[in-house]
Amino acid sequence: MNINATLIGESIAFIVFVIFCMKFVWPPIIGAIEERQKTIADGLAAGEKAEKDLELARDNIKAQLKEAKAQAAEIVDAAKKREAQLIEEAADKAKAEREKIIASGHAEIESERNRAREELRQQVAVLAVAGAEKILERSIDAAEHSDILDKLVAEL
Amino acid sequence: MAADTGSYIKHHLTNWTMCSTDSGIAFNKACTDAGFWTLHVDTLGWSIVLGLIFLLTFRSVAKKASTGVPGKLQCAVEMVVDFVDKSVKETFHGKNALIAPLSLTIFVWVLLMNAMDWVPVDWIPTVAGLIGQYGLGMDPHDVYIKSVPTTDMNMTFALSIGVFFLIIYYSIKVKGVGGFMKELTLQPFNHWAFIPVNFILESVTLIARPVSLALRLFGNLYAGELIFILIATIGLFQLPVHFLWAAFHLLVIPLQAFIFMMLTIVYLSLAHEDH
Repeated sequence: MNINATLIGESIAFIVFVIFCMKFVWPPIIGAIEERQKTIADGLAAGEKAEKDLELARDNIKAQLKEAKAQAAEIVDAAKKREAQLIEEAADKAKAEREKIIASGHAEIESERNRAREELRQQVAVLAVAGAEKILERSIDAAEHSDILDKLVAEL
Repeated sequence: MAADTGSYIKHHLTNWTMCSTDSGIAFNKACTDAGFWTLHVDTLGWSIVLGLIFLLTFRSVAKKASTGVPGKLQCAVEMVVDFVDKSVKETFHGKNALIAPLSLTIFVWVLLMNAMDWVPVDWIPTVAGLIGQYGLGMDPHDVYIKSVPTTDMNMTFALSIGVFFLIIYYSIKVKGVGGFMKELTLQPFNHWAFIPVNFILESVTLIARPVSLALRLFGNLYAGELIFILIATIGLFQLPVHFLWAAFHLLVIPLQAFIFMMLTIVYLSLAHEDH
């Protein structure tokens, strides 16, 4: 056994070292470790959250895409319907127009014919008067006999 | 040869002593009768140098400790600190600002002191002998230096007595003087008639803690060192044998440091527990 004053010296050294470690070594190092651990944990949590958000956004996009597709189909359907309707309407309109044109054509033809006929009548009246003049070989006063001529014309 | 070997071993196991005599400060052989008031210069010197290496290294890291990406030294230091911190948290569940830094100091300091065991046994005494012979004109056989502080009982007892006082301090602080006395006298047999028996049993338990702490560390390292010295006496064949023994100390050295730290934590956590 060789216990001597070294024991006291070493005890003092031990106490001083422990106090130094407690004051100046341990707190900053463990503080740095814990802060970094926190940073890393926060980072991991943020990453996880971002992944979840991404998943959510993907689902959202999918739903929106589906909706958009449905809407597009609806629009196309409506457009097709409208197209058919428009064609029908146009056809109807064209038919009406055609009929109108045909009717007006008929009317014009009719009036033309009437006019021609009227002219013809006049000319026939003139011819008849001329003929009658010739037959009577004398001049008949047209004014005097116009009532008769008119009657004749009306009879034609 | 036998006498040579004996004196060689004895020389390697003798501390460099210093004492104060009537004719001033004296060393070594002049101190054989100095009794208690003798200092082991080698134990004090090596242990303080190693302690300073530990504290200054860790302090330099602590000063520039960044919470971002750590450097390599910071990583190494943080691994040690984290290891100690985990060991403390696993065993000790109270709140105490002392236990973790205490454990760190014990672990690293004891580890460094034990690690001196790996330095080949002749290196330091030979260098010291040459310095003594040519620098100070001494007989090299009178120059003693033992470089493993934990092979000196003064060192291991200084540590364990420090721990022992902390055990008593925290026992009284947490349980009060009465609570501590009750723990000493009413266990394991809770009856007034057994108080003396209990007291003897519990005192032995209490005293056995620092004694076993100190002797375990001392015994392991002293034996290891002794075997290193014995190996060094067997001639050329010592090289492979020395290598094997040094490799075995890869286990012993950290393990003894760890056991010392762990038992310190366990004892202090027991001191905090109320029965």
